Amino acid sequence: MKNKYVFILSITLISSMLLALFSEGLKERTALNKELDKKKNVLQSIGVNIQDMTNEKIIESFTQNVKEVTLDISGNIIDNITHNQLELTINKINGEAKYEYLNVEYLPAYISDSRNAIIIPVSGKGLWSTLYGYFAVDLTNYSTVKGITFYQHGETPGLGAEITKDWFKSSFVGKELYLENELRSISVLKPGQANDADLYAVDGISGATITSRGVEDLLKRDLLRYEPFFRKNK
Amino acid sequence: MNKKIFLDPLVDNNPISRQVLGICSALAVTVKLEQALVMTLALIFVLTMSNITISLLRKYIPSSIRIIVQLTVISTLVTLIDRALMAYMYDISKELSVFIALIVTNCIVMGRADAFAMQNNVKDSFFDGLGNGLGYGIMLILVAFFRELLGFGTIFDFRVISPEFNNGLMLLAPGAFIILGLIIWVQRSLTAYVED
Repeated sequence: MKNKYVFILSITLISSMLLALFSEGLKERTALNKELDKKKNVLQSIGVNIQDMTNEKIIESFTQNVKEVTLDISGNIIDNITHNQLELTINKINGEAKYEYLNVEYLPAYISDSRNAIIIPVSGKGLWSTLYGYFAVDLTNYSTVKGITFYQHGETPGLGAEITKDWFKSSFVGKELYLENELRSISVLKPGQANDADLYAVDGISGATITSRGVEDLLKRDLLRYEPFFRKNK
Repeated sequence: MNKKIFLDPLVDNNPISRQVLGICSALAVTVKLEQALVMTLALIFVLTMSNITISLLRKYIPSSIRIIVQLTVISTLVTLIDRALMAYMYDISKELSVFIALIVTNCIVMGRADAFAMQNNVKDSFFDGLGNGLGYGIMLILVAFFRELLGFGTIFDFRVISPEFNNGLMLLAPGAFIILGLIIWVQRSLTAYVED
């Protein structure tokens, strides 16, 4: 049959048209959703209960509670560069995020005066994917953990994806980063091994050792980058 | 006729336990009941829609390229759902995105398109898709029930067994193989079915 080429061509054309139309038509909505989701996660990391908030409420609460700051790598606040101007590149090997403006590296962060916290974006490799999240630390002693959230990942549901669950996230709250002025960060141990009294460790996830280790590594690495700022203001 | 098309795949000719298709996702998304349920709903939708589409086109599809056509239809449907969820139900889409993409690789969808929808009318194809989707779902939920119960000690995240009795093996792939194998064994012993 010689019309099979015509047939497959038209099927392909129709589906690509459909997909392109759909994708393009929903692009704006999807981008808005992503932006809103990040705002939600920033708010969650400092313990704002967003459960029953409408989208408008979330944006309102975000502008009330949080202001964005841009730091240079030695920990000074840079006033005239906004987060939108920063260009983001992700290191494909370890998932580290690099923010640049005119080829100079900067560090974005959020400061919440109402909750007395600084929120930093964190990212790093899990098992299958790069994990993206926010980590909030006390703004006075720069050591007490206020919260952690993950807004994007591709880990196995029920296993690595448990990093987004409350039991895991809440285990970080109240832990400490510094021991005698040295950055210890938080260790993610095997499940059941972390002692409640141990201020520098939390329980990992059963069946997701590599994701758990990934969380530990990404925290340590990203916290080190913000340490100059912590030290300056401590 | 319709009744048989719909009921047959639920137990007697179940796509997973009898035909041993779609094992990949049955192993991957059965760690927790909630995910198994969501995967079931997504698969029922895709399977029914692809059966309808293929059945509508069946008289025009040249048989030498039918597999490519089926693949195109299925992956288009899956991508459409994924996009729509991302735009309208972002929170749900974040949980599901991994499963949704998995549907393309599910042998049941293409198996039904090729074995049934290519030869049958739209109405029968609709019931066939629905029945096979449900049959798949029953197995997924059964496997997930045991895995969540024995692995986490919970049912739909509600704790029923104390954590110290949890069996970590159930959370990993071997746990799914064992449970699924046992289910297939029980069903075949009961129905005295043998592979010919």
